[in-house]
Amino acid sequence: MGSGTSTQHHFAFQNAEKAFKAAALIQRWYRRYMARLEMRRRCTWSIFQSIEYAGQQDQVKLHDFFTYLVDHFTPSSHSERDFLNRMFTEERVPQDSQLEECGDYESIEVPASYTGPRLSFPLLPDHATALVEAFRLKQQLHARYVLNLLYETKKHLVQLPNIIRVSTCYNEEITVCGDLHGQLDDLIFIFYKNGLPSPERAYVFNGDFVDRGQYSVEILMVLFAFMLVYPKEFHLNRGNHEDHMVNLRYGFTKEVMHKYKIHGKKILRTLRDVFRWLPLATLVDEKVLILHGGVSDTTDLELLAKLDRHKVVSTLRYKTRKESEKEKQAEEKRKDNQTSTAEIPTPWFLPQSRSLPSSPLRLSSDKAHKAGRSSSIPISVHLDRKELSRQVRRSVDLELEQCRLQAGFAEVREKKELSPFTSETDSEAGELLEPTQEEWRQVVDILWSDPMVQEGCKANTVRGGGCYFGPDVTEQLLQKYNLQFLIRSHECKPEGYEFCHNRKVLTIFSASNYYEIGSNRGAYVKLGPALMPHIVQYQTNKATHTLTMRQRISRVEESALRALREKLFAHSSDLLGEFKKHDADKTGLISLSDWAAAVECVLRLGLPWRVLRPQLVNSSTDNVLDYKSWLEDLAKKQLSRENIQSSLLETLYRNRYDLETIFRIIDSDHSGFISLDEFRQTWKLFSSHMNVDVTDDCIYDLARSIDFNKDGQIDINEFLEAFRLVEQSCSEGDGADCPASHKH
Amino acid sequence: MADEKEREEIIVAEFHKKIKEAFEVFDHESNNTVDVREIGTIVRSLGCCPSEGELHDLIAEVEEEEPTGYIRYEKFLPVMTKVLLEKRYRPVSEDVILRAFEVLDPAKRGFLTKEELIKYMTEEGEPFSQEEMEEMLSAAIDPESNVIHYKDYITMMVVDDN
Repeated sequence: MGSGTSTQHHFAFQNAEKAFKAAALIQRWYRRYMARLEMRRRCTWSIFQSIEYAGQQDQVKLHDFFTYLVDHFTPSSHSERDFLNRMFTEERVPQDSQLEECGDYESIEVPASYTGPRLSFPLLPDHATALVEAFRLKQQLHARYVLNLLYETKKHLVQLPNIIRVSTCYNEEITVCGDLHGQLDDLIFIFYKNGLPSPERAYVFNGDFVDRGQYSVEILMVLFAFMLVYPKEFHLNRGNHEDHMVNLRYGFTKEVMHKYKIHGKKILRTLRDVFRWLPLATLVDEKVLILHGGVSDTTDLELLAKLDRHKVVSTLRYKTRKESEKEKQAEEKRKDNQTSTAEIPTPWFLPQSRSLPSSPLRLSSDKAHKAGRSSSIPISVHLDRKELSRQVRRSVDLELEQCRLQAGFAEVREKKELSPFTSETDSEAGELLEPTQEEWRQVVDILWSDPMVQEGCKANTVRGGGCYFGPDVTEQLLQKYNLQFLIRSHECKPEGYEFCHNRKVLTIFSASNYYEIGSNRGAYVKLGPALMPHIVQYQTNKATHTLTMRQRISRVEESALRALREKLFAHSSDLLGEFKKHDADKTGLISLSDWAAAVECVLRLGLPWRVLRPQLVNSSTDNVLDYKSWLEDLAKKQLSRENIQSSLLETLYRNRYDLETIFRIIDSDHSGFISLDEFRQTWKLFSSHMNVDVTDDCIYDLARSIDFNKDGQIDINEFLEAFRLVEQSCSEGDGADCPASHKH
Repeated sequence: MADEKEREEIIVAEFHKKIKEAFEVFDHESNNTVDVREIGTIVRSLGCCPSEGELHDLIAEVEEEEPTGYIRYEKFLPVMTKVLLEKRYRPVSEDVILRAFEVLDPAKRGFLTKEELIKYMTEEGEPFSQEEMEEMLSAAIDPESNVIHYKDYITMMVVDDN
């Protein structure tokens, strides 16, 4: 006792207090750091999402471009007419007189040197399993077997109803997987972790098997193989990416042509058929509805069950001004009778017509239709192929017929023109009926819609199709059909899944690391007894496991920022214009606040620019920015060719995905080459529509400079490479076999 | 006088924009509310460094009378603006953090063992949750020696943050 001890106590107390305070300081500092990390993570996610959806909007705009083209463009020369002809007719018209059969695979020989997997039909479970293993070892299936499998797949699909009904016994399990988007690693992982499909282990794959990832073909092969082997237990729903028009833009077409140089085209055509025969939804025990996108307030399951789903070839199409005018007329007529319903988009999506959109080559004898067109093309134009002209005329008349029918006008049939298509063996030959607009909308809604938090139902302007549906819409549907809940996919979620609408809607997304390595987990859901959902998450990249959260977030963030900088660069001129508006005194400087406002005004991505600013602007003092030098810095990072006029480059860069899509359409024989002339014409058409101010000389110079070997042809891939656009099969600096790919 | 007022208005306007942006990042439903559990992240990302206790007080100020679990933007904005104007909850410099670590390392070894760090972080101050502790360890620990060289750790965090 005594003062000694109390001093000790005093010191002890002081030390304890110090330790307490020190710990508190460190914790406070650490928590702030983590919060900022979380903020960065959320911003990164926003960047990816907004760029992704903006891309989808662009796709819609592209179709607007085609529509504009057919409505307004007057071809001024033979070659331009040719060009348009090729753009619009190739897809519809069979080549030459050799009509391609779906089952025309027998003539394809498999060389003795082929070491990949071989298939024989009927398929056995072992074949399917062997296929998975072969793909895991990065083998490629020969085109003959691909086509054979697709042929058998179609035969099977045709028998299926639009809505598949599945029932589970008490101890049978059913696993539902979401978007895979060509990410084979995730599929293999699911089978590894959850078990291969079997009579006791049912699977439903909910659409979007293809596009973006590098192994879409392989995924389809595996899924189709298991479906043939276990037809009662293995089910597939169609997604919005099971669509040849969407595939043109998002990489699947490119992948097929790259892997199958000789037979790719045939494979693509066959796939077009297979996709439209995919079922639209799956219903488990009459209680759980599984479909790809969502629902709308007008979703009618009975209608969906009855319609001819294969008529919906693509949910995107060209809509002609004529049709919209006719539609307006009809609409006006009906307005008296009906009160208008909730805003559901009609402009972009109309019933798919097998025929051409109004084409400059319209050779219809119906003179009335020339009224809207300023070009009158003599029938004796370059067309050597009478067959072509006859079919064009026939299909155009079909379309007119449909328009009339829709508009409610009296039917006028020209019987001699509507003779059956005896020369075509394509399966829809002889079918004169198209899906009605209502049927069309029903399908688009279930493939494209997204849930929202607010009540109601409104047009999904972000995607350009389908709608946003609220919890009341879900509830209404569930009650109407006596359902328990809805499972859908279509949207990437950080955890791979997300419940909403009071746990009545489950989003399940199975492509992990979708935007970038480390961006998100994938997940699948198992429905157990009483259909209780049990979620399993995963992330298939070993690299991420060894990284700390901080490092993972940094990687993904860097990728997002790179994408964002590209976008900023692509809008350099607009940005400069906008910056100048804030710089009335022409000092060359603007405040950072003005910078944020200007950037949002131009890009319209809805991103938190002030939060992102430190990552995008590193050369600012006193809260002001020298905007010209900032733009120059941006350009330096992006430009790789100095001899091309930079504003043209910027414009091309900004529209590169559209251009690529157009190229692939022009390159009708999928050779990978287009002629200089075609390139110039493409550009001219495109730029006039997009109001881009570029002189002919400029385009000519550009085209010539891209023709690297001066043979009058442009290799599409070389062209895209010039802008570093070609997707790289392995991300930079990743040694291990990572199929990470950069997304559009 | 008038100038000063004008300047303050400009500053306030800029604060408002910043606060709105940060708020919207977490406003998932686009209805001007955020989950109360995200308020800490928002406040900290705006440059403040409150303690947990200070954060709770702040939340109390912006919560509804009958707490709903959500914070409305209309209530959050004026309170947060004041915080920024008054420069409340300023972060301390790295030297202070370094000294704080040194307090916990009286023997001046230059490191803390894993057990020591766990003990301090989970028993002293405003204790970490298990998740927070694991996350800190994953980044801070030197896997070979199983200790935390705190000086290097601080440097790494600071660089990363900027």
